[in-house]
Amino acid sequence: MTGAAGSGRRVPAGHVPVPGPRTWPDGTGGASAGRVQGPGPGVALLYEKSRPGRRAGTLPSYPLAKVEVPEGLRRSAPPRLPEVSEPDLVRHFTALSARNYGVDTGFYPLGSCTMKHNPRVGERLAALPGFRDLHPHQELDGCQGALDLMWRLQVLLAEVAGLDAVTLQPAAGSQGELLGLMLVRACLAARGESGRAEVIVPDTAHGTNPASVAMAGFDVVPVATDARGNVDVGEVRARVSGRTAALMLTNPSTLGLFDEGVEELTRLVHDAGGLCYYDGANLNAVCGISRPGDMGFDIVHFNLHKTFATPHGGGGPGAGPLAVTAELEPFLPVPVLVRRADGSFALEREAERPLSVGQVRGFPGPFGVLVRAYAFLRAWGPGLREMSQAAVLNANYLLARLRDAYELPYDRLCMHELVLSARNLKRDHGVSALDVAKRLMDYGFHPPTIYFPLVVPEALMIEPTETESKETLDAFADAMLAIAREAQTDPQLVRSAPHATVVKRLDEARAVKQPIVRHRFDP
Amino acid sequence: MESYPEELLYHPEHDWARVEGDEATLGITWHAQDALGEVVHYEPPEIGASIVKDEGYGELESVKAVSDVIAPLSGEVLEVNLRVTEEPELVNDDPHGEGWLVRIRLSDPSEAETLLDAAAYRASLASA
Repeated sequence: MTGAAGSGRRVPAGHVPVPGPRTWPDGTGGASAGRVQGPGPGVALLYEKSRPGRRAGTLPSYPLAKVEVPEGLRRSAPPRLPEVSEPDLVRHFTALSARNYGVDTGFYPLGSCTMKHNPRVGERLAALPGFRDLHPHQELDGCQGALDLMWRLQVLLAEVAGLDAVTLQPAAGSQGELLGLMLVRACLAARGESGRAEVIVPDTAHGTNPASVAMAGFDVVPVATDARGNVDVGEVRARVSGRTAALMLTNPSTLGLFDEGVEELTRLVHDAGGLCYYDGANLNAVCGISRPGDMGFDIVHFNLHKTFATPHGGGGPGAGPLAVTAELEPFLPVPVLVRRADGSFALEREAERPLSVGQVRGFPGPFGVLVRAYAFLRAWGPGLREMSQAAVLNANYLLARLRDAYELPYDRLCMHELVLSARNLKRDHGVSALDVAKRLMDYGFHPPTIYFPLVVPEALMIEPTETESKETLDAFADAMLAIAREAQTDPQLVRSAPHATVVKRLDEARAVKQPIVRHRFDP
Repeated sequence: MESYPEELLYHPEHDWARVEGDEATLGITWHAQDALGEVVHYEPPEIGASIVKDEGYGELESVKAVSDVIAPLSGEVLEVNLRVTEEPELVNDDPHGEGWLVRIRLSDPSEAETLLDAAAYRASLASA
């Protein structure tokens, strides 16, 4: 067996909420006090609240001609939509939202997701009418301000990356990865080196890296992690060759460790004729301190929705811009945003960009995410490095408080996140990382990422971000330490957690094998 | 319970082989299923496919991760355990028996000499 692909974390699917009492465990102090009281046992589905003829709104009748639908295309029965009144509708979704947990509800240390606070000033700016009401087909002379913002964001991202040119086109980190590998292919072809087919990917990589490599038509060459948690330089040296197209590296790695051999790695790959791709998933650790371009990387993707506000659910979907060297700039996807000599902005298309890999997305954006990222970067300004310093400090504070209760697979200063192992609890008390994660919910915290990276058994991957106070970090550390004690004194309590949530321990295997993905009208 | 039958041969990537003449039955070890957690899906190879020692020949998905299953020996797939595709939990319940994954015709029976016996495999787990 070997861990090969995919993130370890899975979202349980297909479970109907089970009614149950809401009782907080004794002795957990105020940790759970921040939780919103749920709507009571069980929330009925809208379909179950439906009564024939009820409406949340009525439309006036219009004197329009009746559209004649051909007989064969007509429905035989009206659609079975739920029929409810407006108050019932509002209460239904309010009840569901009160059961949600997000960064605005409490601490959310989901490793590698950078669930930081989403500043409200960004919301205000994204809601400005000139931004909010833009149409995707707006003529260019009517959206110069929006293009100006995109231009300025590109300039800032190029500076953070230490590279020459930026495209805002990719819609997510995963699309940035795929586009980056398309640029590698285009660049190698221009060099007359199309035969290079291998991309080196460390065993700590996010699952998207090998997936993107395969999707882009390259072969994955996995390399191992050494005893200090760095990429094994000797193995890379043995693996690079005339077949090497690129190296994909996340730095700091998913172990939360800065790769001490990074300059040697990029030099080895460059000397062999390959390109170096920096996965920006963990960029929150190094902004304004070290730049991927200075480490020797040719291509960098950003996750604007991690590093520069708008975490999952904090303002919408993601954005995965790419920064590249001057050599790769001609291959960037069209349309390319340019500033003319008179200061106005224009978009260059295929005719002006003959070497472009083409368009990878219909429109720029999500534009609101770009506005929030720009606002975030301007708010920090030249002090951006303090953001990363605080993120690293917070992670090391948790590391110092938790290192005696949990195993520390690599005993080094960490960066923006720390990876612990519950292997000691599993060996001594039969309490797994999953059990610890479930028990944390009883203490009112979102669990960390678990079972990833795959090279650490019983992994707990904790990313506090820079926006948490010492009090919050202490409350989380206290809960983690309490759970480690409970594993000794009452392991069954931990193994059967959570006890204080609306939905108890899920049968995750059954949820995968027998998912209930739709409402059944007939019993 | 954790145990490793004496009659099986073991691969360091936590796979076992039961060699019978020029055929062998393959599966994953108790340790592997324990590390994976509850198995929810088995993606078997096709019958007739060639599998190569030390390389992946199928996939097991657990509630934690999707993992390649590594071939302890090379050969041609004669049979896959269709019961496991229906009831993947057999891999957890009986990894060295009912939870077997494929039966192959060995292309190089001498490869078996490179595998570990039960004592050596147990020792490798203890030192990990």
